[in-house]
Amino acid sequence: MAAKWNEITEGMAIPELKKNCSTQQLVLWAAGSGDFYQIHYDKDFAKGTGLSDIIVHGALKHAFLGQLLHDLLGGNGKIKRFGCSYRGMDFPNQDITCKGIVTRKYEENGQKLVDLEIWTENPEGKKTTPGSATVIINS
Amino acid sequence: MTQEKTPLITDEMRAHVGKESEPYTLEVDKTSIRMFARAVGHTDPIFYDEAAAKAAGYRSLVAPPGYLGTPIFNPNAAARRGRDMGPQPSRPLTRILNGGTEIEYFDDICAGDVLTATSHVASYEEREGSIGQMLITTTKTVYKNQDGKVVAIMTGTGIRY
Repeated sequence: MAAKWNEITEGMAIPELKKNCSTQQLVLWAAGSGDFYQIHYDKDFAKGTGLSDIIVHGALKHAFLGQLLHDLLGGNGKIKRFGCSYRGMDFPNQDITCKGIVTRKYEENGQKLVDLEIWTENPEGKKTTPGSATVIINS
Repeated sequence: MTQEKTPLITDEMRAHVGKESEPYTLEVDKTSIRMFARAVGHTDPIFYDEAAAKAAGYRSLVAPPGYLGTPIFNPNAAARRGRDMGPQPSRPLTRILNGGTEIEYFDDICAGDVLTATSHVASYEEREGSIGQMLITTTKTVYKNQDGKVVAIMTGTGIRY
């Protein structure tokens, strides 16, 4: 289900992507990303640094937002830019909901562009990873 | 009791801003792409099945968003990832948090690509937060492919406290 240029409007919400990390997924991510910092899979270590539990890698949430955009495009475009800040911690076995809103739709240098505000939300509805993106739409 | 805090940012650090690291190599291969995509939970076959990627117009499996190759691991290399950590702040900071990530893409990155990256510190900033005195380091990394074309620029924010 690819996003189509003439169906995109400013202010529209894009389809959500729901994630919920098992500890196994965090270990998979450690291996896939090369980030082996123990606060993401060793509870004793995490507690030793003052955390209440192991926490989800920030870069994994960035990659989740990348999937949100990739799935939105559905092959009808490309990600030009996407970024986020890690403002709040997320924990395993809790929902992380990836959301986005179209903030601007415009053409520049012959490209059809869409700016979005993107973020992840924790179960309390707090935006733990606010960010923004620009995607190129083919048609 | 309040006490005067010594600034974390030193002259040596200020002089380090903008200084390019030695280039380091990252490989983009099929196994790492599948591993990364699987860890995220991607379902699009262009990350797993070469025939599907080619049918979609790519040279090979596509690097998923956020994946910019795997640095070549060498246990004998003096500096991790081929770059040093730069000058240290006025007092040791042992705890690290990832503050943010932004990637800008300029071309496709696919399996088989060999990327060369150089990094530099774009800025150091000091802030007082709920976790105390923090050092915020913004680093820019430029990735070129085997044809010398810039394919991505990553801006990373690291927080040490």
